[in-house]
Formats: sequence, structure tokens, C-alpha cells
Amino acid sequence: MLRYFIKRLGGAIPTLFIIVTLSFLLIRIAPGGPFDQEKSLPPEILANLRSAYGLDQPLWQQYTHYLRSLSHGDFGPSFRYKDFTVTELIGQGLPVTAEIGIAALILALTLGILAGTLAALRHDRPADYTVMALAVAGIAVPSFVVLPLLGLLLGIYLRWLPVAGWEPGSIRHLILPIVALTLPPLAYVARLTRASLLDVLQRPFIRTAFSMGLPLHTVILRHALRPALVPVAGYLAPAVASIMTGSLVVESIAGLPGVGRYLVQGALNRDYTLVLGMVILYSVVLIGMGLLVDLLYAWLDPRVRFER
Amino acid sequence: MTDNLWSMARRRLLANPGARISLGILVALVALTVIGPWLNPNRAETLDWSFIAADPGIAHAHWFGTDRLGRDLYVRTLAGARVSMTVGLVASIVSLTLGLMYGAIAGYVGGRTDDVMMRFVEILGGLPLIFFVIFLTVVFGRNEYLLFVSIGAVGWLTLARIVRGQALSIRRQEYIEAAIASGAGTARIICKHVLPNVIGPVIVYATLTVPQIILLESFLSFLGLGIQEPRASLGTLIAQGAGEMEAAPWILLAPGVYLTLLLVCLNVFGDRLRDAFDAGTRR
Repeated sequence: MLRYFIKRLGGAIPTLFIIVTLSFLLIRIAPGGPFDQEKSLPPEILANLRSAYGLDQPLWQQYTHYLRSLSHGDFGPSFRYKDFTVTELIGQGLPVTAEIGIAALILALTLGILAGTLAALRHDRPADYTVMALAVAGIAVPSFVVLPLLGLLLGIYLRWLPVAGWEPGSIRHLILPIVALTLPPLAYVARLTRASLLDVLQRPFIRTAFSMGLPLHTVILRHALRPALVPVAGYLAPAVASIMTGSLVVESIAGLPGVGRYLVQGALNRDYTLVLGMVILYSVVLIGMGLLVDLLYAWLDPRVRFER
Repeated sequence: MTDNLWSMARRRLLANPGARISLGILVALVALTVIGPWLNPNRAETLDWSFIAADPGIAHAHWFGTDRLGRDLYVRTLAGARVSMTVGLVASIVSLTLGLMYGAIAGYVGGRTDDVMMRFVEILGGLPLIFFVIFLTVVFGRNEYLLFVSIGAVGWLTLARIVRGQALSIRRQEYIEAAIASGAGTARIICKHVLPNVIGPVIVYATLTVPQIILLESFLSFLGLGIQEPRASLGTLIAQGAGEMEAAPWILLAPGVYLTLLLVCLNVFGDRLRDAFDAGTRR
């Protein structure tokens, strides 16, 4: 088990290396540079700027230099936000993004598993149809449509919640963004849980459990749910990816000072270090999720444990 | 027996109320999108200075109101919807072709080739592809054809997996053996025998990639990486509407409701279509 985990961890580092290298090359192939929009810079000043940031060196030297500072945990200075390092920018925005993202993930998992279990237990009855109809809508409609429409309804017509904006410590401002991020993965988790629980409930060991006179909640909680959650665990990494891509737009609609805007803005501004920092941040989160899923698999399904 | 897989699946599909309703709404949306713009005198990119950010209403010709530049939102929403439908169709065909070729070769040739090809798909599938699409659009400029291709290039992965699975099972059928015995080459067998036999179920799955692709296009346009002003796309209209929600809520309403309806109906219909065919193969 531990050996398997270490092996997977070892595999993650080359993946990260490839992602960093590819992104480094891609953003450098892009025409234009980080100082383009500051109009009519005298050539001497431009040359000074470029040499101050090391852009006048050959590409491979910049690349090895970047990797070397990365290995010390230094993401370099931002090219656009003067006087800020990438670490500072991400450090300021990440708490907000992480707060709404983790809240959305936890809500999506708990409510999704609950709704899916309810639908499976009321199979082919109104509760099942309601959950499934809502799930289709949740899967189909992305967060960047849900959030403005919810804002229109709850914020502007009913005036219950603020539409956008952010105040430190104010939870009311975070409700709509969290709901918008939660709905798509919630719908998916509900559907997965329902389908897999329906499948598990057909199996002989469940019949045995019932025939031994165990009450329904014991059968579900102690016996059925654990194997039924294997596909849900597999969906964890895609769920995190969906929440992260959702946060790119949700933060900009809701005016939250998270890190979501840095990826697209950084790429458009050719803020090389900022984009790479964001790519590394997202990749580390996703790869970490993948490792966590492997551990969960082993916990949920004992066969995985003995195989390796 | 005249009952073949297709007619049975069609009957099962049309017996389902969800499928009937979603199909009806989809047909209505397509009809509105195709002929709707001709019913209104306004054009998508002309500015009407006497109606700046006008309320929706039937008293004037701007039924859904206008935006800050006096552009008619009814016509712009439908223009955006045309973009979404075109992208959905073209990019789906791109990903269908790619997925068919790739999956058929991997599944039919098998062995090492299969291992390497599917490992590649697996690696790509594990990456957050949206970031790569963002990168691609940034690197190669905001070109609409490139948009189609890069979106289609994301969609083919699942299709390739499905095609491969089908091709693997076809590989052992007698008619393939007969074709090999009569001296047909690999390329000929794939084109003449494997592809025609996998295409049916695969098209069913492809209907489920259409809403995903439409979603991706509007997402990119929302971020400002897809369709560019002054042309309209549902994504750019929603972005514009979200920005002016408090002062002019109607800007958001038409494109938001249209995209929601389109995506929900496409998903429901695709689900029901798959169910109808799955039940057919089980029997």
C-alpha cells in the first residue's frame, strides 16, 4: 500500500515537469511580450526592462534559470503587477478561491450522495424522478449561466442576497458563488451515486444482509454505500477540475478577489511567470486529488489493497 | 421480422415523454434560430441611436430590448445561437471523425499499438484540457476556425474510447475473419467492415458531446477568448449581461434562458437516445 503510494508520488513529478515545460514553451511561442501595451517605450528603456527580467538571454538559459528558482520555491516576479512576486499574488488570492472551492466540493459531495441515495431508495417514484430531472438541469447548465441567472432572481428581483462584491468575513457575499460552483458537480455526484447504489442493491450480499433482519439504514450505511461510492471517488478529480474552471468565471462575475482571473489575464498580458505559477498551482491540486482518489479506492474497495 | 434495431429504438424513444418534449423544444429552437432573424427588421451589428439600452417590449421593433450601443438583443441572441449551433455541429463532426479513425485503428490493430494509443488518450484525458484550449487560443490568436478545431480536438477523447471498445469486439467476428481470409488489407478492413459497424452506437454517444461542445464555446467566448465583438455569441452576450445586471437585466435574460433551454434539451434528448439504444442491444 505505502509502496504503491510512493510509486504514484514518484510518477507525479515527471508529469508536473512535462506540464511546466510544455506551458513554458507554449507561452513563449506566443507572439508579443509582457511590455507591449506600455505605449511607445524608448528602445533603450525596453532593452533595460528586458535585461532586468532576464528576457534578453537565450530561451534555454531562461528555462533552466526558471527551473532552478522553482526548485527553491521561488515563482519569480510578476511582469505586470509591478513590485509583486507571483508567490505574493497567489498568496493573496488563494484563500478566497480555496474557501469557495472547498465549500463547493464538500457541499457537492454530501448533498449529492444524500440526493443520490434518496433517489435510489425511491427508485421509479416521484422523488427519484424529481432528483434526476434536477440533476440533468444541474449537469447541463454551467456555473457561468447559473450565477448570473440566480443573481438576477435572488439579488435583483427579490433583493435577498448581494449580487456581487466582496467584504472580508462576509458570508452573504459568498453564498451565490458557492451555490453556482456546487450545482454541476452536485448533480453529477447524485447521478453517479444513484446508478451505482441501484446496482449494489441487487447484489447477493445485500439480500443476505436484509434476510438477516438488519434494518434498512444499517444495510445502506454499513454495507451498500461503501462499495457504491467507488465511482463517486473516481469522479473526485474531475469534480475539482470542474470547480476550478468554474471559479475562473464565477470569481469575475461575483467580483471576488481570488486567483481565478490570473490565469486568463496573465496569458493575455503575457505575464509569463504569473501564468506558469497558476498552471503549476492547478496541476499540483489536480495531481494531488488523483493521489487522494487512489487512497480512497484502496479504502473503499479492499480488492485494490491486496492486488498491489 | 421488420423490427430492426433502429425502428425499435425509435419507437422506444418516441414513447418517452422526456424525449418528446426535449425534441419538440429543440425543433422549435432550431426553427426560431434559422428563420427568426428575418421576422425582425433589425440587424445584429447595426446601432440604433434612438434606442440605447431600451426595455424589452412589443411597442417598438426591439422585442427583447437593446444593449448599451443600441443593438437589438432579439437578433443578437439568435445570431449568437447560430454561432453556437454551427460550432456544436462542426466541432462534433471534427471530434467524431478523429475519434472514429483513432479508436477503430487502436481497437482493430490491437496489441502494442492499442496500448500506446490508448495510453496517449488516457494521459490527455487526465490533463485539465480547458487550460490547454485557453493557451492555444492565446498563442495562435483568436481565430474562429482554430476555435472549432481546438474544441473538436478536446471532444474526441471519449469517442475514441467508445469506438475502440466496439472495434475490439468486432475484431473477433466471423465476417472479419472471412475478409482476412480473402486477402483484404488492414486499411480496407477498417474502412469497409469495422467503421460501418461501429458508427451507429457511436453517433448516439456523439449526440451527448454536442452540448458539451456548445458549452465549451460559450465558456471561451465568455472569457473573451472565443467569438469577438462586434459578432455575437451566447457566451459574450451572457458576459455583457452579467456585467450590467443591475441596470439592464434584460440583456442577460434572453441569451441566458436560450442557452439553458438548449443545453438541458440536448442533454435530456441525448440521454434518452442512449437509453433507447442500450435497451435495444440488451435484448
